[in-house]
Amino acid sequence: MKVMSQIAMVMNLDKCIGCHTCSVTCKQAWTNRSGVEYVWFNNVETRPGQGYPRRYEDQQRWKGGWELNKRGKLKLKQGGRLKRLAEIFSNPVLPDIKDYYEPWTYDYHKLTNAPLGDDFPVAEPRSLISGKPMKIEWSSNWDDNLGGAPEHGDLDPMVAKVREQAAEKVKFAFEQTFMFYLPRICEHCINPACVASCPSGAMYKRAEDGIVLVDQDSCRGWRQCVTGCPYKKVYFNHRTGKAEKCTLCYPRLEVGLPTVCSETCVGRLRYLGVILYDADQVTRAASAPRETDLYEEQLGIFLDPEDPEVRAAAERDGIPYDWIEAARRSPVHALISKYKVALPLHPEYRTMPMVWYIPPLSPVVDALNETGHDGEEADNLFGAIDTLRIPLEYLAEIFTAGDMRPVRASLEKLAAMRSHMREINLGGTPDGSTAERVGMSAYEIEEMYRLLAVAKYEDRYVIPTAAVGNAQALEESVLPEGCSLDFEGGPGMGGSGPVGEASGRPAPVAVENFHVLADRATADEPADTGRSRVNLLNWDGNGRPEGLFPDREERQ
Amino acid sequence: MTTLLWGILPYVILVLLIGGLIWRYRYDKFGWTTRSSQLYESKLLRWASPAFHYGILFVLAGHVMGLLIPESWTDKLGVNEHAYHLMSLIGGTAAGVLTVAGIVLLIYRRRTTGPVFLATTRNDKLMYLVLLAAIVLGMVAKLTHASGEGYNYRHTISPWLRSIFTLQPKTELMVGVPVLYQIHVVVGLALIALVPFSRLVHMFSAPLQYLFRPYIVYRSRDTERLTARPERRGWERIGQ
Repeated sequence: MKVMSQIAMVMNLDKCIGCHTCSVTCKQAWTNRSGVEYVWFNNVETRPGQGYPRRYEDQQRWKGGWELNKRGKLKLKQGGRLKRLAEIFSNPVLPDIKDYYEPWTYDYHKLTNAPLGDDFPVAEPRSLISGKPMKIEWSSNWDDNLGGAPEHGDLDPMVAKVREQAAEKVKFAFEQTFMFYLPRICEHCINPACVASCPSGAMYKRAEDGIVLVDQDSCRGWRQCVTGCPYKKVYFNHRTGKAEKCTLCYPRLEVGLPTVCSETCVGRLRYLGVILYDADQVTRAASAPRETDLYEEQLGIFLDPEDPEVRAAAERDGIPYDWIEAARRSPVHALISKYKVALPLHPEYRTMPMVWYIPPLSPVVDALNETGHDGEEADNLFGAIDTLRIPLEYLAEIFTAGDMRPVRASLEKLAAMRSHMREINLGGTPDGSTAERVGMSAYEIEEMYRLLAVAKYEDRYVIPTAAVGNAQALEESVLPEGCSLDFEGGPGMGGSGPVGEASGRPAPVAVENFHVLADRATADEPADTGRSRVNLLNWDGNGRPEGLFPDREERQ
Repeated sequence: MTTLLWGILPYVILVLLIGGLIWRYRYDKFGWTTRSSQLYESKLLRWASPAFHYGILFVLAGHVMGLLIPESWTDKLGVNEHAYHLMSLIGGTAAGVLTVAGIVLLIYRRRTTGPVFLATTRNDKLMYLVLLAAIVLGMVAKLTHASGEGYNYRHTISPWLRSIFTLQPKTELMVGVPVLYQIHVVVGLALIALVPFSRLVHMFSAPLQYLFRPYIVYRSRDTERLTARPERRGWERIGQ
């Protein structure tokens, strides 16, 4: 047994209202730069729907993740090492910008500078890729709230799978349809296919907390990771020529703060905590012959931090004491291993994802309420979970490779929790029979309720800091041995290096932000001119920075 | 002029190449990338890029064979001059045609695809010019002197190049070389000098280590990167 620790996330889909606050704050924090205009480390998809990038779940086409070869060994679906190197000059299965969406901005200047006339001035959309006027046809959540579902609904790869198996059809008439929101970030997998497909060895999994990162100094832009990731959560920055991905906000986690997406989540549906797992079992578990076993196999490699043997082994393997203690209090461990209500996203990709989801019960409750039944009465709910087969099958395709039993069990626990708590709220004393039906005690149900419904901040996020000894040094702003501007080449940081945009040594993040903010706060002139290309997402509409639009002569 | 071109220039180029690579590695690891434009356009790239890259790899192999392996070695293997000439002519032309077709397509794509052209820097344009010139001049030199036994550069250019590495440049060997070959050599040297300072630098990061490393890479948290720089040396002034 080799114990490793990982910071994992669970999202409670029942509480997601699809407001996209997580996406927007994440974008503001991480990808509001040129080169990653089209990139959303966090995006929220409406399901059924195509997702972002379009149809990313269709691995026949995109070749993401792992598969078993004839001898039952794991191999990358996109091909072995030699094949990867042979195809390095042009990756045959790389999504192009149209599969994500062509990012755009608006020609805001026309609104304020248009001459007086009879017509309202209009800010035309302009492509951030080509700089030309464009027609907006797709974006990262174009099919939000089932928009266009009657036309595009069939394009959801999971709908196609359900239809293969079920005689009944998934209907897309708006009033008959069910839907839920699926916020997605990088899964920070235990068996990451992106890391395995990186030729340069620039991608790595951090030993201490399991966060999967790209070393920007070693990445050479071979683009294999984009294909390798079945969730399409590694992106190519087309300006710097390097791969970028969700960092699980490691600078925040290291000092004990939750990620930006969790912190700003309006529905308070995200949970962060430590999971201990047995690294020796990973390959065996990921190569389970049957895809439907992968969920159980992954559960099997997670270790119980209450077990004294596990704790001793963890200590032996160098896991800090406060991490072991955090694992005992981990809400993520409770939801995944104790209550077993959280399920992994697409375990069939064999990457062992570490962002899990509590499937939504709401479509079932809503459907019940619409028929005039009491949507929170236990018998009604249990019956409905079974009869409403389409949502169940669809959820199973997403969370358990098609096996409906774990999804049903999870939904039944949520249903039991609802009726148990309702009885308490109505002044009754539940006899615990509802809880027993789903194999839980009344106490456990109430504990789960505290975690899922009351969901206090300190219960949702149990994040041990980076080793206390490092903590002071890790805070960029409180550098122990001097001024934070005192890094090599600083503080006169400036613009592009001689060999292309953003070449040269990177400045510490805090310093870079400081300069950008100071620039914008004090400038009479357009921000950024002469220093680098203008980032249109940051552009304050002030002036006409060089390089923003093609030269006038060229346009004619 | 002979000394300047064939005795001094190669060493200047070597210093630029090695010094440039060290400089780039130390100060611009972040800029060291292929700067792929596949995200913008992939249909043309799908054919053009492998054609060019495989072509230029064959061309490189041909140059290594012709320039670095002495004639006496191939003689011992029983390859006579005629056989060698045919091999180099046919193999070289095939690789050359593949390379030229690839790069012409790539340049066409770069010029006509709006986003790709927008992402083209002045540095890139200079690089493409020199690269195309070196390839085309090499083809022209080879094919102009292809009749009969062809021009046997293995008596002149090859020994001269090897003499560079032994630090005793035999500049006199280059005097009688056809002028087309001379131009090709000079442009080729210019291209080598450009490597560390252009996107061509990605050739030095060919990821062969991928074949031998384990699939999953683990690394420990790097606290160095986030802390202040290490203690200064004692002799630096402290304070004002």
